[in-house]
Amino acid sequence: MDKVLSNKKIIALYVLPSLLLILAIVYIPIVLTAYYGLNEWNGIGAMTFVGLDNYLALFKDTTFWNSAWHSLLLAVFSGISLVLYLIVAMVLAARIKGANLFRKIYLIPMLLSSVAIAQLWLKIYHPTNGVLNSVLESLGFANPPAWLAESSLVLFALFIPILWQYAGFYILIYYAALKNIPASLEEAAKIDGANALQIAWKIKLPLVMEVIKVTIVLAVVGSLKYFDLIFVMTDGGPNGASEVMASYMYHEAFRAYDFGYGSAIGFFLLVICLAVTWVIRKLTASKDTIQYS
Amino acid sequence: MAICLVLVAAGCGKNNNEGNSGSKENAGVSGEKVTVNFMHLWPEGVSAGQNKIVNQIIKAYQAEHPNVTIKQEVLDNEQYKNKLKVLSASNKLPDVGVTWAAGFLQPYVEGKLFTPVDDLLSGELNGKFVSGTTEAYAIDGKTYALPLEFNIAPVYYNKALFEKYNLEIPQTYEQLKAVAKTLSENGIAPIALGNKDRWTGSLWYMYLADRIAGQQTLSGAINGDGSFMDEGLLKAATEVQTLVDSNAFVKGFNGLSNEEAKSEFLNGKAAMYMMGTWELPNFTTNEDIPKEFRDSVGFFKFPTVEGGKGDINSWVGGPGVGLFVAENSAVKAEAKAFVEYFVTQWGEQAVTGAGVIPATKVDTSSMELPQLYIDLFNEMNQASSITLFADVQMQASAAETHLNMIQALFGKAATPEKFSEEHDKAVSEGK
Repeated sequence: MDKVLSNKKIIALYVLPSLLLILAIVYIPIVLTAYYGLNEWNGIGAMTFVGLDNYLALFKDTTFWNSAWHSLLLAVFSGISLVLYLIVAMVLAARIKGANLFRKIYLIPMLLSSVAIAQLWLKIYHPTNGVLNSVLESLGFANPPAWLAESSLVLFALFIPILWQYAGFYILIYYAALKNIPASLEEAAKIDGANALQIAWKIKLPLVMEVIKVTIVLAVVGSLKYFDLIFVMTDGGPNGASEVMASYMYHEAFRAYDFGYGSAIGFFLLVICLAVTWVIRKLTASKDTIQYS
Repeated sequence: MAICLVLVAAGCGKNNNEGNSGSKENAGVSGEKVTVNFMHLWPEGVSAGQNKIVNQIIKAYQAEHPNVTIKQEVLDNEQYKNKLKVLSASNKLPDVGVTWAAGFLQPYVEGKLFTPVDDLLSGELNGKFVSGTTEAYAIDGKTYALPLEFNIAPVYYNKALFEKYNLEIPQTYEQLKAVAKTLSENGIAPIALGNKDRWTGSLWYMYLADRIAGQQTLSGAINGDGSFMDEGLLKAATEVQTLVDSNAFVKGFNGLSNEEAKSEFLNGKAAMYMMGTWELPNFTTNEDIPKEFRDSVGFFKFPTVEGGKGDINSWVGGPGVGLFVAENSAVKAEAKAFVEYFVTQWGEQAVTGAGVIPATKVDTSSMELPQLYIDLFNEMNQASSITLFADVQMQASAAETHLNMIQALFGKAATPEKFSEEHDKAVSEGK
């Protein structure tokens, strides 16, 4: 077996099918998207080559930069919420009573489809019959806001279900990482007289650092290209107040039939995501990784 | 198994050859076996009524023309639109398919994908269409599809609620505002509006524009001959905001979808609802909605505005879907013959079977129809003008601007001046 696997040709043979698939499904479309971005195209007729016009227009497009700002805000909020998830995971991993049940409760939103979550929260936010406003009214708040119709509120009203949706996912990742820490380390620290906070800060945190780095990238990049709940719940409205980069791309390509410009947005989005990933990796890079030993 | 696969593959291959060769063009009338591919958007689950009618028509047609097989491909609305786009990019459109009017049609016509059907219009179908319907499918003097449906948008109202608060049908805009005020004071949302979908708000703007500035000014501005900076059109935009300020629309309308707004009306929480005649089955025959409610739905025409140039018989509306024949179909003659047959058969069956208002003239006197239908049919026949829905009429990118600006205007994120400026800019860019 070892001999077979050291044969370069055999390795190539095994890798080839998935490599071809990835090329055909991921990389070739990316190149094509970049190319479509250089054209003016309504998606149906002939393409006209316009060089960098679409990309230049993109830089001057205030709607795009507004939507980019909204995406960035979402990324910041998801980044911050990771701290909360880590704390929850630490509590759950500490063998408290009912931890198992709570872990499952947190995970449930992740099992629902995005559209179901969107419908659920649409009902919660409904301006007159919604759960939220009914509760507010019964508490004595006269005339509570129409959450999804107010330009100043809509974005934050959307962040809540988006963060809620992914909470279980990150908690699960942290939980698994924390469970992986050998119990002997914690016991040794306890014998040395460390309290719970010190154990969390000085022992657990450094040991799950690698996982945290990965989740930061996941959360930030996932937020930058976020689309589904926003598309179903507000469609980027009202007046673009909840438009994010991905929904703007969709609107330009499929509503305004400007596939060239839509492709340019899509490609630029990819570039932003790559750049952000690179920056995060740079910022969080550490010379020595801490290992269990 | 292998044999099966080979057979299937061979079958595909054969079909493709037929589809692409084009050599048999106009040859089929002779009685040779031909297959006409027909793609439509009435799946059994969602549009049971239409689906049944389509199958009946196809069955009858095949019985009359034993050499022709109509092969159906059925998709949901959104999937249909996407697939049509994909198929046209690779030039593999079905022989016959469903399309929308004006702005939707344009790129397909520019790409030379649809064939003109003017010969059908001057043939057996001459004079059969309600006036103003086929024009929406005409580009540069040629008609590229035959309409199946036609809709106008009245204001539906809840008679029970109107009675409860001693309200009369408003004849003037001032009366409409007074009605809205009374309702709002009594805790009833006057008008259900789901402006997340944007075209819903567009209807309100269009009627105000029509009544204040007149139909000619409005359509002139939309097709680029005039300007949205016209005094009357600016006033219409201002009036939209006046209505918003007086709480005439349901709370949070900019965040509600049309479906959500409709349910406010259906639940009796809102008293008025402006929508196309495609909603009629919900107010007449749909058993899922309580009979008590259906019986209390009436409609009125958008009232006139004092000093305005529009008249009360002018409507906003538009054709729904129509049928096209693909330019490079190998069986164009049969496809056209089928379209002609389909359109003639569709009219009467569509009203009774699916509650659709057809684009062809139908004699309602011999039919058992709910009164609401008959009244609206009559209104349609005495319409002084019908302005096509703005977002259908405009080019895709201009329509997108229009819809976005509608939401901004209703949400008071744009002034009437800004609203008009953006429109003029978008329309002139699209020209």
